[in-house]
Amino acid sequence: MSTVPNRPTESFDAPRTGNAVLGKSVVVKGQILSREDLTIDGEVEGTIEMQEHRLTIGPNGKVRASVKAREVIVLGTLHGNVETGDRIDIRKEARLVGDIRTARIMIEDGAYFKGNVDIVRAEVPKAAVASTPSAAAPRPQGPGTVSPAISPATSPAAAGPAMAAGAGEIKR
Amino acid sequence: MERPGLTLLDLAGASQSTVAFVTNYGHRIYSDDLLLQMDRCFGDGDFYENQADAQKVAQFLDSALDYPAQHFDGALVWDTLEFLTGPLLETVVRRLHHMLRPGAYLLALFHSEERAETIPTYSYRISDRKTITLGPRGRRRPAQFFNNRSLEKLFKDFESVKFFLTRDHLREVIVRR
Repeated sequence: MSTVPNRPTESFDAPRTGNAVLGKSVVVKGQILSREDLTIDGEVEGTIEMQEHRLTIGPNGKVRASVKAREVIVLGTLHGNVETGDRIDIRKEARLVGDIRTARIMIEDGAYFKGNVDIVRAEVPKAAVASTPSAAAPRPQGPGTVSPAISPATSPAAAGPAMAAGAGEIKR
Repeated sequence: MERPGLTLLDLAGASQSTVAFVTNYGHRIYSDDLLLQMDRCFGDGDFYENQADAQKVAQFLDSALDYPAQHFDGALVWDTLEFLTGPLLETVVRRLHHMLRPGAYLLALFHSEERAETIPTYSYRISDRKTITLGPRGRRRPAQFFNNRSLEKLFKDFESVKFFLTRDHLREVIVRR
């Protein structure tokens, strides 16, 4: 670890509600365990675990690590696999190379992403499903998702396009 | 798409709408931007001459198309194959064949306007089952033009090739592995 925040280790267990920040000139190599939200605008290499909290990788942030967090917002660069309990936001100008397991994902135009997206939906107890009138309704969807009225196609390519319409949009 | 848990490859670059469309069916999607990868590997100098440079080709294949055998149940290749020269194009198609499972489908688009010096490029986003939104990405000179016969030859190792000629001077090609 080239530089670490000058913080006594015993204070780590203390409840925190704030937002820790690793600034632009901070370089961390190793494992980060956080019990508060964390913003990284410097460089981190290793692993990051903060399963109940939000990780923000700032525009100057360069992270090469596997990440487990409740929520991840990427504005800078992240190389590594990401697992979130809630959501990941990949903002424009961001660069993310790695596989993602998340409940929800948001990708802004202009972001570069290379990797696999695996959406993991929270399991509903069977009893709750059986007693809910809308149990047969389509699954809850993430932000910006498509209409639930879509009926399944027969194959991946069968859901593909038929090129017909004017500029900017193709309609079957 | 009925059977959940399929793995799809989308080479148009990641977009919210495509990711949402695919994952809402319970599938996985693997995203990459093949045109951007081409620009990174071949864009410094003459784009097409660089595609004959063995070192650059190896770098491109490693960074853009290094996937395990029979890993995907479908591939959305869009118009990217139009910007690859002969030998590299054949290599890329062989890689795609290698990456797809038997019975998998591949979607590719080819312009049919043979006199055009440059053709528009887009980022393709699936909005719903009937709509694809095109985000303009400028114009490029294609490496070559394709007719039905040359496309059949290109995908000769695949089980079937179907063509759909559209109003927009595009050939929509659906290939079955």
